[in-house]
Amino acid sequence: MNARIAFWNILRKDMTTYYLKPPNISWGLIFPFAWMLMFYLRSRTALDIRALLPGVVAMSILFGTTSMLAVTITFERRSRSFERLLLAPIDLSLLMLAKTGGAVVFGMINAVVPILVGSFLTDLSAVGWPAVIGSIFLIACTSTFLGLFISVAVHEVFEAQTFSNFFRFPMLFLCGLFFPIAALPIFIRPLSYILPLTYGADILKQAINGEGVLPLWVSFPVLFFFAAGLFAFSLYNIRRKWVL
Amino acid sequence: MKRATPRAESPPPAPRSRTDNSGELLTAEDLVKRFEGVTAVDGVSFGVRRGEIFGFLGPNGAGKTTTINLLTGLARSDAGSMYLRGEDYTSNQKKAQAIIGVVPDESNLYDELDGFENLTFCAALYGTPRRKRERRANELLEQFGLTQAGKRPFKAYSKGMKRKLTIAAGIIHEPQILFLDEPTTGIDVMSARQIRALIGDLNHEGTTIFLTTHYIEEAERLCHRIAFIVDGRIIRIGSLEELMREHQRETVLQLAIAEAPDELVPSLRERFPAYSIQGRDERGLRVVSDGEIELLPLLEFLARDGVTVTEARLIRPSLEEVFVRVTGIESERMRQEREGKKK
Repeated sequence: MNARIAFWNILRKDMTTYYLKPPNISWGLIFPFAWMLMFYLRSRTALDIRALLPGVVAMSILFGTTSMLAVTITFERRSRSFERLLLAPIDLSLLMLAKTGGAVVFGMINAVVPILVGSFLTDLSAVGWPAVIGSIFLIACTSTFLGLFISVAVHEVFEAQTFSNFFRFPMLFLCGLFFPIAALPIFIRPLSYILPLTYGADILKQAINGEGVLPLWVSFPVLFFFAAGLFAFSLYNIRRKWVL
Repeated sequence: MKRATPRAESPPPAPRSRTDNSGELLTAEDLVKRFEGVTAVDGVSFGVRRGEIFGFLGPNGAGKTTTINLLTGLARSDAGSMYLRGEDYTSNQKKAQAIIGVVPDESNLYDELDGFENLTFCAALYGTPRRKRERRANELLEQFGLTQAGKRPFKAYSKGMKRKLTIAAGIIHEPQILFLDEPTTGIDVMSARQIRALIGDLNHEGTTIFLTTHYIEEAERLCHRIAFIVDGRIIRIGSLEELMREHQRETVLQLAIAEAPDELVPSLRERFPAYSIQGRDERGLRVVSDGEIELLPLLEFLARDGVTVTEARLIRPSLEEVFVRVTGIESERMRQEREGKKK
């Protein structure tokens, strides 16, 4: 059994049938572009663009991955086509990596759009690109695995969408994307630090503006453990709930 | 607590030791599955022999689909063991999935993909290289009469076509055993006939088939051996002949004759007092016996009287009658469930 063939074909099918469809591509382009344009028109300064870029990048990934994965997996579960994957002789963790891989790639593509737009509006030569790329990858992973966690918890497609928003919208305000965590009421701040996006956004801020508050050697491992933990917990739940 | 399974009473049960099951491709031993306090599968044991079509016949909720789920890795058993080619795969169902094919009761292919893409994708799940899976997909589309529809999206297929493509997807990796869950439920008569023919062909080509069905006639027509399952328990296993023989309380011979003289029936009764003989009309006789009926003396007697016999037929009980007698379930109930499922 050549598992690589199965892995690649699951990934490729999801990319072509779900993620690279015109509505998703246009959403992936328009959404971050609109946010960048809105803030640019409001501020009209290059400095503000650099300050906003980490938040817009993180948000683009979060919105591009979480609900997409939750919806596609719930949809496949409802139509029973997911059963076909469970019947294949592929290890469950490899299967779920293939299923989530498409969303991770899609999330990373979404992140490129605001960076490209930003590069036309401001000077990004001082940006620490390795840290940006690393954080984009890890944010895409944690957001995708959050979508996986959601898909295991729900039964209907509309529930997946609603449940995704339950996590996503608080993250916009609590993770320091547009408002510094230090500006939040003190009793809310601990919440920020139990959300993975806080660490991802902080790495991006550090790499783009040098304004991060946490050292990279803290944020990267924490983000990695969030990703690994969400994936492992989702796998545990899948084995418990889907293979009855 | 593990319960002993009431294994087939007819024919005499084969010894259950592993060495004596060499003819069995798949063996289930005392499988138990509970859902929230309800025992869906209750100590089920059976063996599926290489090259046969093994039927699971029972009403809705009998445990047919749950048994398939246990055997194919979609569910975990609470007790019992499963063997494929003599190897225990109870705790490692992934190991067995490479040589198992599954066709569920509802199509589970991808609406967005066309027929050809669905087949090649399913082959890829089993690690089949690109050229081989494309060749196999084309072969199957042709075999199942779907070549013209190969480039149409699956969502545009009729129910019968969907079922055919789902069966094709189930055998794309050339499994040794194919599980078919209610393959003809909810489709039109023509498609059902075609699918039955395809199942027969697959079996002739060497695929062992495990088939669940509501349709008594389907089981009768296709299966080499049949298990009756009710409330999660197998209550009989046997070949059609064995099941019939057990419940054949009397031998019934029906004779079609060209023309009968008026005194034929009384004279037959006098000559063959062990038989109960009824004249059905001037062209038919019905001979009933508690034991065997010897045909030759009867035919000779009739020939001497100048009566020409055009047809002699041994009347057997139908599988439906046997099912009703064994399970106590009215076949009408199954029929209603079947109709309900269609709706």
